Formats: sequence, C-alpha cells, structure tokens
Amino acid sequence: MVEESQPLARPASVTELFTAFTALALQGFGGVLAIAQRVLCEDRRWLTREEFVEILAVGQVLPGPNVVNVSLMIGDRFFGWRGALAALAGMLSLPLVLVLVLAAIYAEFAQVPAVAGALKGMGAVAAGMIVGTALKLTPVLRVNPMGKPACIAIAAVGFACIALLRWPLLWLLPVLGLAACAFAWTRLSSEGVR
Amino acid sequence: MSAISLADWLQLFGHFLLLSFAAIGGAIVIAPEMHRLMVTQTGMLTDAQFAAAIAIAQAAPGPNVLFVAVLGYQAAGLAGAAATLIGIMLPSSLLAFAASRWSAARQDWRAVRAFKAGMAPITIALLVATGWILAANTPGWAHLILTVAAALAVWRTRLHLLVLIAVGAVVGAFGWI
Repeated sequence: MVEESQPLARPASVTELFTAFTALALQGFGGVLAIAQRVLCEDRRWLTREEFVEILAVGQVLPGPNVVNVSLMIGDRFFGWRGALAALAGMLSLPLVLVLVLAAIYAEFAQVPAVAGALKGMGAVAAGMIVGTALKLTPVLRVNPMGKPACIAIAAVGFACIALLRWPLLWLLPVLGLAACAFAWTRLSSEGVR
Repeated sequence: MSAISLADWLQLFGHFLLLSFAAIGGAIVIAPEMHRLMVTQTGMLTDAQFAAAIAIAQAAPGPNVLFVAVLGYQAAGLAGAAATLIGIMLPSSLLAFAASRWSAARQDWRAVRAFKAGMAPITIALLVATGWILAANTPGWAHLILTVAAALAVWRTRLHLLVLIAVGAVVGAFGWI
C-alpha cells in the first residue's frame, strides 16, 4: 500500500515549492486535500502522515481555507516566509486564472446535460476521495497518547455533531476540541511529559 | 458586471477582511453571510450568479475558496475579484503564518503536544464529515456506489486521483448516475 518506510525528502528550492503546489492545485478537482495528502506524504515524501495531520489540525481550527492554510504552513516550514508565499502563490495563481476563465464561459455550458452530469459524477467521486483520505490517515491515531478507544469516541462524536446534527464547527471546536486537548494533556502528564 | 467606485471597492474589501476571521472550517461556512451582503443587502449579484460561483469553483481544479473570487468578478470584474479574494485571504493567512511560527518554536511544550494529540481524531472526523455532507447533498444509489468506490480506491490503491475524477466525469456525462 503506502511506502511509509522511505526516508523523508525536502523541496530543493522555493521554485520547486511553487511548481509542486501549482501542479497539486491543478489536479485538485472538488477539493485539494486528497491530492495534497497523496503528493506531499506519498509521492514527494516531504511530510509524514503524522506531520500532515498535525498541520491540518492547525489549519482547521484557524479561520480560512484549510488547504490554503496547510500550504502556507508547509511552505514556511521549509523556506520561511518566502516558502509560505511560494506555496500560497502556487496554490492560488493558476487555479484563479482558470476559474475566472470558466466563470466567463460558464453560462454557455451550464445547460448542456452532459456537462451537468459530468459535474455530478465528479462531485460524487470527490466526496469519496475525502473519506478515503481520512481512512488512510487513521493509522496516525495508533501512536496517539489518548489511546485508541478515546480516539475512536472523540472522532465518532465529532463526526456525529458535524455530519449528522450539522452543528457549526464554531460550536464543536470549543467544546469537543477543548475536552480532547485537556484529556490529551492529562495523558501526556501520566507519560511523564513536563 | 459594472465598474466600481473606489468607495464601494473599499467597502467590499473591508467586509471580506472582517468575514475572513469568521471562516473557521473554510470560506464556504461564511457563504450565507456573503450571500446576505452581496445578494440580499446590496443587490450586487443575483441568486443565480451566487449559486453559479460556487458551482464553477467546484468544477474547476484548485481550492474551493476561489468561489469568492468569482463572486467579486461577477459583481465588479477583476477589481471586484481582487477585493473579495485578497480580503478573504489576508487576515486568515497572516494568522496561519503566525500560528505556524508560534507552534514551530514551541514543539516541545506540553500544551502544543496536547493540542496536536487531542485534535488528531477530530481532524480526521472532520474529513469524513466533509465527504459525508458532500455525498448527502446528492442522494441516490448510483451516487453512493460511486462515492464508496472512490473512497476505497483512495484508501486501498495507488490509482491516480485524476483517473478517479475522470471516471466520475464519464459516468456522469453518460447519465448513468
């Protein structure tokens, strides 16, 4: 399956960071997160799955698009503010041009049944890709200091609140997020972390 | 689309700067607020234009936040796109940059480690929830099968993701779902 054993690499230059994020963004139909995980953790090996989840966690609790926050933080990690800018620019520049071109011609094609159907099909696949990415990241929880049962319980509550009850994230994060972090805190102390 | 005065441009830009701080979970969570501002309150856009902007950004490759640029573009051309996109990106990006610096310098702090450990299951649950919500928007067995097949393919195989998207496009274009 996934070659987690290979050693980590790093981008050689700010330019490589820019082109990598451009290429990645251009492959991201219906969301960039799935392809970002694949490219960054598996193809280029710039991050472990654990690091990806950690960075994504920060990206999710902060305002702003998750995947854009993630790109910026990864860029910063390798090349400081220049890297952050390069990753951000890579993520947004070409896709912005494309989306504006699409906006200009959209009216002509929106009514074509084949186009509307293709978009529906792509949407269904994109939904599955995000779920598949989540499943691929679950092994990260094996080394979590909270232990497996607690992780499963927290994930289940989080899923139920957002997906089933449709709570806003703004309600969930202060309650479940704080509770989980507080629990992790106590577990770390029993492990002897200061 | 119409030309925009400097005062209106600044107002649009300022609104999106403020909205940026509320975009926890992504720009799409504040779409209702953008709708209120641009459709209901000012009439800059029609309902159909607003819906089209979201559809266009989803069809195009790249981050979905770009629907914000389409909104601005439809309202006031490239100047409008600059106002909305830069407005929505600037505060959140500066915050993310500061957070990146702050946490990198404090990796060993127990609070930082507790945050990372505590948030990991929630982060993964949020991904599943996102997929669930997207899938639930379009009910039907054929849809569900396509979604589940895509999830399994991503999880268990190394198939290129563009192949999966292409399969979805073909299946949809032929009207099989």
